[in-house]
Amino acid sequence: MLDPTSVGLVKPQTVRFDEPLMLKCGRTLSRYELVYETYGELNPARSNAVLVCHALSGSHHVAGYYSEDRKSAGWWENMVGPGKPIDTRRFFVVGVNNLGGCHGSTGPASINPETGKPYGASFPIVTVEDWVASQARLADYLGIEQWAAVVGGSLGGMQALQWSIDFPTRVRHAIAIAAAPKLTAQNIAFNDVARQAILTDPDFHNGDFYSYGVVPRWGLRLARMLGHITYLSDDSMAEKFGRELRAGDYTFGWDIEFEIESYLRYQGDKFASHFDANTYLLMTKALDYFDPAYPYGGDLSAAFRPARAAFLVISFTSDWRFSPGRSRDIVKALLDNKLDVTYAEITSAHGHDSFLMEDPHYHALMRAYMENIDIGGGR
Amino acid sequence: MREAELSADIDPAVAQLAAARPDFQAIARWIRPGAQVLDLGCGDGSLLRYLRETRNAHGYGVEINDEGVLACVKNRVNVIQADLESGLSGFESGSFDYVILSQTLQAMRHTERIVREMLRVGREAIVSFPNFGYWRHRVQLLMGRMPVSRSLPYQWFNTPNVHLCTLKDFETFCEQHGVRILERMVLGNGTTVTWFPNLLGSIAVYRVEQLR
Repeated sequence: MLDPTSVGLVKPQTVRFDEPLMLKCGRTLSRYELVYETYGELNPARSNAVLVCHALSGSHHVAGYYSEDRKSAGWWENMVGPGKPIDTRRFFVVGVNNLGGCHGSTGPASINPETGKPYGASFPIVTVEDWVASQARLADYLGIEQWAAVVGGSLGGMQALQWSIDFPTRVRHAIAIAAAPKLTAQNIAFNDVARQAILTDPDFHNGDFYSYGVVPRWGLRLARMLGHITYLSDDSMAEKFGRELRAGDYTFGWDIEFEIESYLRYQGDKFASHFDANTYLLMTKALDYFDPAYPYGGDLSAAFRPARAAFLVISFTSDWRFSPGRSRDIVKALLDNKLDVTYAEITSAHGHDSFLMEDPHYHALMRAYMENIDIGGGR
Repeated sequence: MREAELSADIDPAVAQLAAARPDFQAIARWIRPGAQVLDLGCGDGSLLRYLRETRNAHGYGVEINDEGVLACVKNRVNVIQADLESGLSGFESGSFDYVILSQTLQAMRHTERIVREMLRVGREAIVSFPNFGYWRHRVQLLMGRMPVSRSLPYQWFNTPNVHLCTLKDFETFCEQHGVRILERMVLGNGTTVTWFPNLLGSIAVYRVEQLR
């Protein structure tokens, strides 16, 4: 029996676009598919739609279950559902798998119509702007002229910000959680180490591993292990694992000795078994390239000049990958444009991953903010 | 006329709040309609909400406390969670018509810095604080006790107030710091005090600007 505060059993849907999409890298996708899920109902005024953008390894499966198995829960099950902070009794929530993804939307593992073979490494580099452009077409397809809110954490938060810049009249509220206006050199460095792990895996075959019937799992595993460390905080790792030993005493060997090693390897293996290596490369690149201030000589306030949305910006004190300081940079740029903005700095021990956790204060804030979003008469 | 219309529309909850905080009304009277306002240490955001509904002001609150930030969101006012003690570096110079510090000056550690920052970010600043020179406070001191009153509702050991002052003290401070006092309103028992304000007033509200 599934929980009544869940949207319950859900099914992904696919939409195909035949209108070519010009990408920022200069290349064009002649046609592509996006996979998405929706929860709740679009009201007659079409004014209650909320887009949830996914982070690095995310997908369209935001909430609900694919089967009675609780392991199939959406990645933001604690945030989206009937009575949850993003309340599906009030909002029509849309989750979408980004272009270049590996959960159904056109990506490196898809067949390139021009060659009849998987794109592999030839899949074009996609950026946050490209995703927003493709999501705007999905909005057109769903008959949504304006989102009540575009919401996202981390890379998802960057998409919410980009939406407010690229389609100012199509977003009433932009909610950017644990995000940044651009990556720091340290962040780009972490991303590159992760990419190098994949690129140098002998099974990578320059991205065309599909035709060899192999996957670069060791590289992907290593990339994920590194990523995972940076998404947690020192304190949360210490609390969860400390220096606990697997065998109760030192074994002076190369096998798993400490519990944290066991955990990281397990997480890495799990990830490598279902995630596409080319997608991981693409998503980290999209992160690196994101910098709306770049065309304005680094002036972030100038980048937000077109924006009209009201903003909620949330950061977490223990997030050292996308620190509160980066969120304050966003807030400063919004203030410079006299836009409506609320900024909350949540005290949390869980590092960057805090945005996925169910912290009472964080959820209370989200709930209060979402409840105040005007969707016109009635529910 | 416009003002009357605005007041007639006030939410009863907001009106009730204004009655409980006489300094709100004093502050609102000084705010030009449609002004850009920054309220430092804004608490639950009720002053901003009051100014939005009575003066059509647009603004932001700054608050450090989690419950305050949540209450502001519930009050539908913009709030930036930050520590005032670390300054107002997130705000551009001259970006607000008014920067308000309501009943918070006495709890600030870096009094000089916050006043300087307020007058950098705002064209004018509005400051309200409890008057330590209020006669009831003086009487309690004469009796050998630290003053406790409606405007100073704490015991010596649990008070957040670290820099209490009298009207005279504040005015000397302004003089020494190149701050011009534009207007002053002193309140006692919910009404305006014009007669011996430093003795009979329990709350002081000042509108000031930087001498250039």
